[in-house]
Amino acid sequence: MRALNAATVGLVEPVSPLPTLPPAAPSLDADSREWLRCLHADDATREEAIARLHALLMRAARFEVARRRPTLPHLRGDELEDIATEAADDALMSVLRRLDDFRGASRFTTWAYKFALLEAAVKLRKRSWQGREVPLEPEGWGLFSSAGLEPDAEAEQSELLETLQSAIAQVLTPHQRRVLVALALNGVPIDVLAERLNTNRGALYKTLHDARRKLRTHLQGRGLALDNWLEEKR
Amino acid sequence: MMERPDLKQALGRLLGPAGPEVGCDECFDQLDRYVELELAGQDADAAIPGLRAHLAGCPACREEHESLRALVGGEQAL
Repeated sequence: MRALNAATVGLVEPVSPLPTLPPAAPSLDADSREWLRCLHADDATREEAIARLHALLMRAARFEVARRRPTLPHLRGDELEDIATEAADDALMSVLRRLDDFRGASRFTTWAYKFALLEAAVKLRKRSWQGREVPLEPEGWGLFSSAGLEPDAEAEQSELLETLQSAIAQVLTPHQRRVLVALALNGVPIDVLAERLNTNRGALYKTLHDARRKLRTHLQGRGLALDNWLEEKR
Repeated sequence: MMERPDLKQALGRLLGPAGPEVGCDECFDQLDRYVELELAGQDADAAIPGLRAHLAGCPACREEHESLRALVGGEQAL
């Protein structure tokens, strides 16, 4: 397993092995080739390239901050700029550490951008939950009002919710239950929960995935037609 | 059946995508290639199976996909 950034998001094992094909013999475009040449140089060329790379990552981090700014009204402009700068700094370290992983499956700048976007997004999620309690117990069942439903539909919805609540309580392990409830029911961001539980995004998503599979299997075993409730059409 | 969008969305979050999906690690590794294939109008889902399903099931990775696509797509449009 490769570590992206131990302070933020650990990279994870695939949830299930899939035959993801490698890009067919990627050939570097001229711009990407130039980036690599400069970043691998052993003179002032490298320092200049690192400065340009940091500016590129800063642009991406500010882009992410700007996208999320409407949801962060309590943060001042200078705080947001600090977060963008920290994200660009951390992304620069990640990019330089993983430079040999770049194979040219995309342009170098696209590859580098994703590190800055990730760092900024993770920092902003954590910042928005700073000081808040992370709810690990179900809070939201009462939201699903059956008001206005026909009696048959109301009974059907009640049966589904009762079966679902029962399955969550009985079929899942305590850890799976906590993770599923926090992430999928209470809307806790995965990076925030990972920090609170001292784990990483990948491990939590694997737990969430396993819990979801258990629930699906259980509900289908009880004869509930999930297609009718979800937007899954075969 | 009557539409119950809130319940449908909540169930979607609880039960996740039906098909096989990659994890967050693989998603991050492939995201740049996936976005460029999308922006080039190519079949990104066929090239990288399971990534679209993961984006449906993982809000954090989905947000980062949307950001990368918007950032790179915006630059290409200039």
